[in-house]
Amino acid sequence: MSIAPAELEQTTEAVSPDRPWVTIVWNDPVNLMSYVTYVFMTYFNYDRAKAESLMLDVHERGRAVVSSGSREAMERDVNAMHGHGLWATLQKDE
Amino acid sequence: MMPGGFSCTSNGRIVLRLDEVERILLLSLCGQMVEMVAPEPADPDADPLASAIGIDSAAVRPDDPVLMRLFPDAYSDDPDAANEFRRFTERDLRQTKFDHARGVQECLERSGSKLVLSVALAPSWMGFLNDVRLALGVRIGIDDDFHDEVLDLDEDDPRMAMVGVYDWLTYLQDSLVQIMLP
Repeated sequence: MSIAPAELEQTTEAVSPDRPWVTIVWNDPVNLMSYVTYVFMTYFNYDRAKAESLMLDVHERGRAVVSSGSREAMERDVNAMHGHGLWATLQKDE
Repeated sequence: MMPGGFSCTSNGRIVLRLDEVERILLLSLCGQMVEMVAPEPADPDADPLASAIGIDSAAVRPDDPVLMRLFPDAYSDDPDAANEFRRFTERDLRQTKFDHARGVQECLERSGSKLVLSVALAPSWMGFLNDVRLALGVRIGIDDDFHDEVLDLDEDDPRMAMVGVYDWLTYLQDSLVQIMLP
């Protein structure tokens, strides 16, 4: 991603043990940091701090778990991320 | 390319000033995107019920790396599940991207040098600009180190012109995202 906004320190992983599937967003060199934050805020209704924290995880660690739940729910999330042009996959929680 | 992306007026309207070269360039990019993502015409032999609910039994993993970036695999380690997902979703996903490009195209066609955007159309603009940047990024070969490598590109390298367009679209998209961020 390019064009860095303000930095944040804490990281957020949206996982809980009773939810066996996760949606992962992967880093890519084209998507803007501001746009990724916008997508996380508007699609998942995450607040600015959480959306920016997840965006920075994607940027700095190469990937972030952005949601968890049933397989069907994660397929909906992945499909929505692809609709916004983000690179996302789903898998069973490790 | 003129400096100045989207701006927000005091009465909440989103405005973009374009010269004619920029407007025609954006229209051309709309046309190419519309052509690239248009859903395939429905197969007359396909199951009509499946077609009606958006299932495309003919959807296969694309060879073109641009299409692969616009329509990526949903499962990284399970090709069968990825292909199944593609059959169920690609038609609607193509329609989404097609609608974004058409929305931008219609907006450009009815405006002159001053484009006034409704907030409702902003997501289409952001989606379209992002899709074009993803496509250009693949064609140019953009990676994390690209902007260091650009400095070494030959002036005659055809990628130089694409880089100029790419950077301008990046600037446009970011200016709109900054307005739309909640």
